[in-house]
Amino acid sequence: MEIKKTAMAGTLESSDLQIMLSQGTKGIEFDLTSDVAKQFGDDIKATIKAVLDAFGIDNVLVKVVDKGALTPVIKARAITAAQRALDIADQPQWEVL
Amino acid sequence: MAADERLRRTMMFVPGNNPGLIKDAGIFGVDSIMFDLEDAVNMNEKDSARFLVYEALQTFDYGDAELVVRINGLDTPFYENDIKAMVKAGIDVIRLPKTENADMIHELENLVEAAEKEFGREVGSTHLMAAIESAMGVVNAYEIASASDRMIGIALSAEDYTTDMKTHRYPDGQELLYARNAILHAARAAGIAAFDTVFTDLDDMEGFERETKFIHQLGYDGKSLINPRQIATVNKVYAPTQKEILNAQNVIAAIEEAKRKGSGVIAMNGQMVDRPVVLRAERVMKLAKANNLVDAEGNYVEK
Repeated sequence: MEIKKTAMAGTLESSDLQIMLSQGTKGIEFDLTSDVAKQFGDDIKATIKAVLDAFGIDNVLVKVVDKGALTPVIKARAITAAQRALDIADQPQWEVL
Repeated sequence: MAADERLRRTMMFVPGNNPGLIKDAGIFGVDSIMFDLEDAVNMNEKDSARFLVYEALQTFDYGDAELVVRINGLDTPFYENDIKAMVKAGIDVIRLPKTENADMIHELENLVEAAEKEFGREVGSTHLMAAIESAMGVVNAYEIASASDRMIGIALSAEDYTTDMKTHRYPDGQELLYARNAILHAARAAGIAAFDTVFTDLDDMEGFERETKFIHQLGYDGKSLINPRQIATVNKVYAPTQKEILNAQNVIAAIEEAKRKGSGVIAMNGQMVDRPVVLRAERVMKLAKANNLVDAEGNYVEK
């Protein structure tokens, strides 16, 4: 599924993560900035990809700036961004949670 | 009502869209953690906060703390989704802001029950509490407190209340005297907890302690807090004295003695101990344990 609009969620504060989803053409493409990218980059991407898969989003550019977010925070920010990108923020897909 | 003898001395507000504060909320040893989806969250971030608190509740360990969430009010477009998300997350208590009458609790209860059924939660497992923030709410405090078996408490929210009363908060708190007493009486009559309002001036610790002593004297279960710095003061005010603990131990020993003898009447120092005394003794011992003033066997620990 394609996203309907570019959407962002999260902040650049410590323990948070900012994620931006925009129109893509070649599957799920990541642009990740994180101080711990070496250790946790793959985990961060896997957590976000699982959320995108659950929403059926398969063509998207994912720009991520991580500020030391833990997994539930990454997941929550990805869910928020996905709902916003699909323009369904007011009708959440509860089964994805 | 869902009343129990749980300690509720400290209920700390945690802004619902702040990952750093949410992740650390469990380390301070508060009795209740209140995640805020309402005033602490910007209008454009209501969805973010809802999912963040949801995911936090799935993952972080908050120990024995009672987990409460303040949802957005009935008159907002966020109300129903907040309820669904928090019921699905398995929150202990949903706190309704700006409660004015029993019907608002009934409407909340209906939506909570529908969500419990939708998400396979046990019906009745989500408790409720109400914040009273207006003259109408204070006047209707008892009908609110007794509106549902799910109710565990009511809280005074003084900022909105004083605005509604055409006054503001003063250091001596006289403007809150009627509301504090009315809310406390409503809570006690309904058999649920009463929570006092927040004290917002973090630089005035003396004023905070004075106010805490006052609401403790009235009989409040505890206070709403905005900062971990305020926790120790409340716990200190609610800690029983050595004399109270020793007396409570004597009462409990007398109960044991009566049980052993198979006697229905409890006597201590030649006098009959009646039920209120027993209940007070049990509460003192619970507070003593919570303040580490007794060891595992219940013996007083000198500080």
